[in-house]
Amino acid sequence: MNDTTVFRGGITLAVIAALCTTMVALTYQLTEARIVANEQAWLERSLQPALSGLFFDSGVTESKIIVPPPHELPGSEAAIIYRVFAKGEPVAALFVVSARDGYAGPIRILVGVETSGTVSGVHVLEHQETPGLGDRVESSKSDWVRQFDGRSLIDPAPGGWAIKGDGGQFDQLTGASVTPRAVIKAIKETLLYFETNSEAIFAETVADTDNKEKEP
Amino acid sequence: MSNGIIERFKVGLWHENPGLVQLLGLCPLLAVTSSFVNGFGLGIATLFVLIASNGLVSATRRWIQSEIRIPIYVLIIASLVTCIELIFKAWFPSLDRSLGIFIPLIVTNCAIVARAELFASRNSVGSSLIDGLVMGSGFAVLLVVIGAFRELLGQGSLFARLDMLTGGEPMRGLVLTDGGWLLAILPPGAFFSLALAIAAKNAIDRRRRENRQSAMPRRARNASN
Repeated sequence: MNDTTVFRGGITLAVIAALCTTMVALTYQLTEARIVANEQAWLERSLQPALSGLFFDSGVTESKIIVPPPHELPGSEAAIIYRVFAKGEPVAALFVVSARDGYAGPIRILVGVETSGTVSGVHVLEHQETPGLGDRVESSKSDWVRQFDGRSLIDPAPGGWAIKGDGGQFDQLTGASVTPRAVIKAIKETLLYFETNSEAIFAETVADTDNKEKEP
Repeated sequence: MSNGIIERFKVGLWHENPGLVQLLGLCPLLAVTSSFVNGFGLGIATLFVLIASNGLVSATRRWIQSEIRIPIYVLIIASLVTCIELIFKAWFPSLDRSLGIFIPLIVTNCAIVARAELFASRNSVGSSLIDGLVMGSGFAVLLVVIGAFRELLGQGSLFARLDMLTGGEPMRGLVLTDGGWLLAILPPGAFFSLALAIAAKNAIDRRRRENRQSAMPRRARNASN
């Protein structure tokens, strides 16, 4: 391989690289708007299970607070709180937290809590639980997560927030007890956090969160 | 000509099936075939990448020196996969979420670079596009069959979550039983299913060969001995 062929090879590579980059850039241009819209729609849809039955007039996804670790909410990653208002009055807070002790890694869940401390809905967002066993915590696979709707730390008392096998009040899943245990514990910890911090959560102004979101 | 195409489909789908015979691209094949819809999604994505990469490699083959052909194949395939990934994110967002890392990992599917090297770099654009179509279909059909088989055994359902392709509310598909033989959707189930598929293919091939031999006139068989 002499100098000319090296040179020719380099030119060929450069031309093909430029063509390929153009192709990717064009596709990106074509799809960018749709991808952003999809992400937003996915976020709104994934919050829906915790919002159903609530009356509110505020934009939910704009009222986001990111709570960086360490925090008292479940999970070692940053937690996210969306606040829901009606006519300026707080209605509910939606928590995105992680149940730390899933069978196969953390389970990302959404817990909606009304100002009264009642659960408005629970939804599992991400998990790596065993297919066919622990993955039935997903609302698309079974109705297991619906049993928390309308419950609070009074109904049942904190001691009852456990699966029946552990002396609690909630159903377990056949063949899987680690996953339900982790989810229930995370919901309970979220409710306890809300009990002590609800005023601070709703007091945080939207201007503040705007600044936070603009930070890189 | 149409006869030729049918012959080539036979080769891609059966005689030289990339998954069953050449045993290429096993990593995505084993990893995503836990359900019909996952297998179908990755199969279609791989099919498009294979057709487009065969076309591009064949179209540029005159200007590519053999010393730098591999980096160029990698470049072309990687760009195509990025485009497919963006298209999936834009039009099939939930399928993209379900397949996750395996869409970008199509880059590493050796079935694609193998077709570029073995076929597209030596044949005309039209012929290479057909090669991409038949080989890609062979791979996609295998993904769909194994996906459907594992879903049926493991979850007792078929076509669950088709909404990932069509949009709309989550669908549970055809539910035959509640739950199934769990092992089938776990990783070992993927190996068992592929082994069964290969064994079935070999068994069918052998029976055909035996039929053909017994159909041969006695004299021809004696002569061959």
